[in-house]
Amino acid sequence: MTYIKPRFHHPQLPVNKLGYTKKEYEGVVSTLCSGCGHDSISAAIVQACFEMNIQPHKVAKLSGIGCSSKTPAYFLSNSHGFNSVHGRMPSVATGAVLANRDLIYLGVSGDGDSASIGMGQFVHAIRRNLNMTYIVMNNGCYGLTKGQDSATADTGSINKSGMANPYQNIDLAGLALELGASFVARSFSGDKSQLIPLIKAAMSHHGFALIDVVSPCVTFNNNTGSTKSYDYVRHHMEAVGEFDYVPYESEIKVEYNEGEMIKVDMHDGSKIYLQKLGQDWDPFNRYSALNKLNESRVTGELLTGLIYLNENSRDLHDMNGTVPQPLNSLSETDLCPGSAVLEMINDEHR
Amino acid sequence: MSPTDIKNPEYFHKVVDCQYACPAHTPVPEYIRLISEEKYTEAYMVNWKSNVFPGVLGRTCDRPCEPACRRGRIEEEPVAICRLKRVAADFKGEVKHLMPKAPKEKNGKKIALIGAGPASLTVARDLAPFGYEIHLYDNQEVGGGMMRSQIPSFRLPGSVLDEEVNYILDMDIHTHFNTHVTSMKEMIAKNYDAIFVGTGAPRGKDPKDLPGRWDDPEHVHIGIEWLASVAFEHISSIGKKVIVLGGGNTAMDCCRTSKRLGGESVTVVVRSPFKEMKASPWEIEDAMREDIPVLDCMVPKSFVSENGKLKGMMFEKVHAVYDDKGKRSLVPTGEPEIFLEADDVLVAIGQENSFPWIERDLGIEFDQWEIPTIDKVTFASGVPNIFFGGDAALGPKNVITAVAQGHEGAVSIDLFCKGLDLHNRPDPMVNMVSQKMGVHEWMYENAVVDDERYIVPHANKQKVLKDRKMEVELGFDLNTAFKEAHRCLNCDVQTVFTESRCIECDACMDICPTSCITFTADGDEEDLRTRLSAPANNLTQDLYVSSNLSTGRVMVKDEDVCLHCGLCAERCPTSAWDMQKFLYQTTNAGHSCK
Repeated sequence: MTYIKPRFHHPQLPVNKLGYTKKEYEGVVSTLCSGCGHDSISAAIVQACFEMNIQPHKVAKLSGIGCSSKTPAYFLSNSHGFNSVHGRMPSVATGAVLANRDLIYLGVSGDGDSASIGMGQFVHAIRRNLNMTYIVMNNGCYGLTKGQDSATADTGSINKSGMANPYQNIDLAGLALELGASFVARSFSGDKSQLIPLIKAAMSHHGFALIDVVSPCVTFNNNTGSTKSYDYVRHHMEAVGEFDYVPYESEIKVEYNEGEMIKVDMHDGSKIYLQKLGQDWDPFNRYSALNKLNESRVTGELLTGLIYLNENSRDLHDMNGTVPQPLNSLSETDLCPGSAVLEMINDEHR
Repeated sequence: MSPTDIKNPEYFHKVVDCQYACPAHTPVPEYIRLISEEKYTEAYMVNWKSNVFPGVLGRTCDRPCEPACRRGRIEEEPVAICRLKRVAADFKGEVKHLMPKAPKEKNGKKIALIGAGPASLTVARDLAPFGYEIHLYDNQEVGGGMMRSQIPSFRLPGSVLDEEVNYILDMDIHTHFNTHVTSMKEMIAKNYDAIFVGTGAPRGKDPKDLPGRWDDPEHVHIGIEWLASVAFEHISSIGKKVIVLGGGNTAMDCCRTSKRLGGESVTVVVRSPFKEMKASPWEIEDAMREDIPVLDCMVPKSFVSENGKLKGMMFEKVHAVYDDKGKRSLVPTGEPEIFLEADDVLVAIGQENSFPWIERDLGIEFDQWEIPTIDKVTFASGVPNIFFGGDAALGPKNVITAVAQGHEGAVSIDLFCKGLDLHNRPDPMVNMVSQKMGVHEWMYENAVVDDERYIVPHANKQKVLKDRKMEVELGFDLNTAFKEAHRCLNCDVQTVFTESRCIECDACMDICPTSCITFTADGDEEDLRTRLSAPANNLTQDLYVSSNLSTGRVMVKDEDVCLHCGLCAERCPTSAWDMQKFLYQTTNAGHSCK
């Protein structure tokens, strides 16, 4: 029986600039069902953090309740973590982001945690533009309670017991766009070549970055007729464009034709390259992105890739004018500047 | 790449590195697993069937399996395969009743085996149970050949050898000991149905032309002859100062034996650099542990005697120079020659084949080194019913090679006596069984332990140096053996992939602790090896490639550092991966599946 991953690794495993191998970014062996899409997303997070040369102790993982919210145990064992109350991860994230702006925040949630019980929290995290990456592992069902349709199950999608879902579905990407999220993407757990660069771009983004990742539930929602099965998603995925991420100070290996590619300089010095596959959409225009998303809903295609990006996003700290350093680094003299300063402030109000 | 043909048993055989490297292809993981299940008798019999002398080999084998061991590629040291074999021999129960017996009714065929070493004894064991009448000839009074004459008792106690030789002799073997075969013609005249020559490489190389070699011949000994004389108790002492020439295992046995017969200052002198010595590293270690210095890069120039009494030897200091092709030459450093004192010199600089008793007009051809011209598959010579095996066949190797060649010789003799084609060899016996019992449960222990290689304890140095027959290595105790056995990765439990079941969820690729599995676009092997989760630079290890999956990609598994932990199969939702125990046994005489 194996519940412990062997300590051995491939002797020629690549190392990143920090001298770490991928192993240093892994977690314990997953207890999710074998073949769960969530495990692929965990692996994509591991790969993204490894490639971005992130110091594991500079990351905080936050989650709520659900299969998806268990995954922070399965990646980045050397990072900070907070497993919060069901649907309340955004509140905890808000507090953490305000307290220590130096960490990279990675929120992990599911369709139930975000689109049902936590909907009220989710929308306010977007509204406040927390500087965080928010990954929804979206399988369209409540896997932990035996697969009932969730709020993101598509209308007409057939569940494992053979029933078609009669209700309207919530499109989290569309909702985020509507609410003014500054980075909105959608992807598929089974397509790491797209998912990994998206995670890297999201972590580089200054502001709230949503990645809605369709992640099949192998046990309860991978049947024929389900719109969130491996087969269905593979056949109905439509990428909005080619996408690549180039970390800060890295050599650009691929030759890009400037005419066709859009280069975006990210806040942390990294770059992303986008190639649109259609002329009818502008990823920097919220209305154009919304239109594109609505069109895809009509045609029944699952639109994936980076759908919308606001390069000039102002996050919660920018809007509130908070101190530039983490609160835990403020000294007593910073916090209690003395009676002379108090006098000065009082004078301003006289 | 074209998809891997796993129906060909050689593919998975090659994955079991230890077994593949073993000349006799002993199913190593199978017996190590039995040891970890405390089934020592069964473990012994798996060995005995394959390599005939588990007790002997568990102490003296050249261990080609250990450098091949996959564990050596993921951490410092391979599994102590050889010493676990000894555990099976040391702790086994009654085994005789498990061995085949010679039938009372013979099949009417008479076979002569010349030389009673490992090769001939293997032929005897393989053929006797099928009713062959076996006649075994040797010039010594007991069987065992070089295992008795050249391997000192402090490495291989006589009782261990006797036991395993007797298992064979008890199969109605007609022994003709103390019989020196001096003419092949006479042997042919005895009308045997087949003759097997297993006389070894009996002649030690002699530096005949080295100045001073014949000034005091009494005190210059040929290593293997001297070891034989010690073994048969014709020699029981040696001078206080001894020089041993040579860097092979015989040299190590000579120096350590000298130390036990009265040699106070024993020195090994070798021409090559230390790291290129032919002796097994552990044999060198054991010699050095007994305070025997090894002087390297010294070429013997002359023996020095005074008034017909050996005083020592002169050596020239050299250093190794390598040309573009890596070919070595030893170039003198120009320093003055070095004199080393010696009362006796033991020469252990190699062995040669020698067949003065085989007449040259019989149809058996020999090359310039007296190696007979034989078919390398069937071991048949130019005379259809005469076969060779062991060192006699292809030059000096080791016991396990002799056993392997003995098996092949026996197969050939069996086919020959049945009038069948010698090249139509029987297929190996192959068996594959799924190990799955539940989601996390397997019929083998798949957890990978972190333990480092355990050290075999040695007897007290002062005591062993006083007694030539006292065994130095004590062998593992059961507790340590149990722990060492768990270091085995179970490489014979194969990862078997079924394309039609795969839904490409990547779970196996994500979980694999050693990054062996990749799903990617197909390409040729050279290209694929660069595009995997981790670089596949070990070209001796195969890539296991599937046919095209539904997304057009292929599954590629680099066999190199697979831990056989079964995590891929545990995380597979559709059982596209399965762990299947693969047992491969080379077929011995008489067991043809065809």
